[in-house]
Amino acid sequence: MKAPRFAYARPASVAEALALLDKHKDDARVLAGGQSLVPMLNFRVAAPKVLVDINRISALAGIKVTKSHVRIGALTRHVELERSQEIAKHLPLLASAVPHIAHPAVRNRGTLGGSCALADPAAELPACALVLGATFVLAGKKGERRVAAEDFFKGLYSTALKAGELLVAAEFPLPKPGYASAFGELARRHGDYAMVGVAAHGSKKDGLRVAFFGVGDRPEVLEADTVQGVLSKVTDLEPRADLHASAATKLHLAGVLAGRVLAQLA
Amino acid sequence: MNAPLETVEIALTVNGERIKRSVPARMNLADFLRTELELTGTHVGCEHGVCGACTVRVDGEIVRGCLMFACQADGCKVDTVEGLSDSREIEELQSAFVLTNALQCGFCTPGILMAAQALLRDLPNPTREQIREYLSGNYCRCTGYQAIVDAIEAVAKARAGRSK
Repeated sequence: MKAPRFAYARPASVAEALALLDKHKDDARVLAGGQSLVPMLNFRVAAPKVLVDINRISALAGIKVTKSHVRIGALTRHVELERSQEIAKHLPLLASAVPHIAHPAVRNRGTLGGSCALADPAAELPACALVLGATFVLAGKKGERRVAAEDFFKGLYSTALKAGELLVAAEFPLPKPGYASAFGELARRHGDYAMVGVAAHGSKKDGLRVAFFGVGDRPEVLEADTVQGVLSKVTDLEPRADLHASAATKLHLAGVLAGRVLAQLA
Repeated sequence: MNAPLETVEIALTVNGERIKRSVPARMNLADFLRTELELTGTHVGCEHGVCGACTVRVDGEIVRGCLMFACQADGCKVDTVEGLSDSREIEELQSAFVLTNALQCGFCTPGILMAAQALLRDLPNPTREQIREYLSGNYCRCTGYQAIVDAIEAVAKARAGRSK
């Protein structure tokens, strides 16, 4: 189907975007890469009266490395993460996750901010943000506030973003020496939604944080000192059956995949 | 631009030609190319970004024509399969597709040619596995993909042979 009727606005700055979001409140939706929102419009799952297209706000794009963290603008596209030497160097977990996101033509448009603001339970980047301890920067009428990833993802397609707020960036702390990460997912066809996915980050000294996605309303983080410790907790997950697999199959696959992914850390 | 509009004035370059139009905000780029410009080589299949038949190039990068609104292409440079065909950019791919029988009904072919050309730009010497992975976003329901992979592999090898 086609998208329902809407009015289109293309603000040139964050301030203009916030003014539009404030004026149109719940009638407005932010259009970033559109790789999930446009299908939702075409399926008529969403029918906002106003679309606020943030694609021309250059302040929202780009990757910046500081002494303490990597700041990634919300409008940074998956392809930029994929090609970035700085991401490969400082956040190898993101570099290994991005090729699993859909297909090249989709990665050319889809954005980090869009993926995190939508909070699809099968999405890769929210899981990475959780294990890397990212902080999201949210702009609103009254200024900016920062929300830790673990407080940002609330549930199925649900985040800490309030009406009128715009996700402007994610800040990923620079991993400490001795830390390693690994990523993997199982899908029926490369680029399809994950049946189950695993993002892991940690060190021998401080232990592991491992996010499982595609198995619940939001990524589920398991923490343990060792790989064995994480694997013994996998049975705590409570995946729900979906179109492709029963709950028991998903739980089994989560264990198998975790074993494979965590073996890369050994 | 600030006040939200249901009809948007756009100016863009399509296959090298300057175009100005007034479009409904809700019209996607693939429909714009097909109905406004009569460039019907860009096909519309699933309309939700899964099948890849609507693949076009915007500012040099392939995108889903069904997941972008025409009004978002304002100021952009758009290339369609007609443009790449007329400029002979995809001539070798087209010949290889014919030689290896890499199409039957042809519905997916324009999108696959657009994706294949992008693949060979980014990865001039891909393995068969890499070709399959890159084309995972383009559905073909006739060929089983074997001949498509053969055609793209043949072009990659021919180009690599020439550049030695």
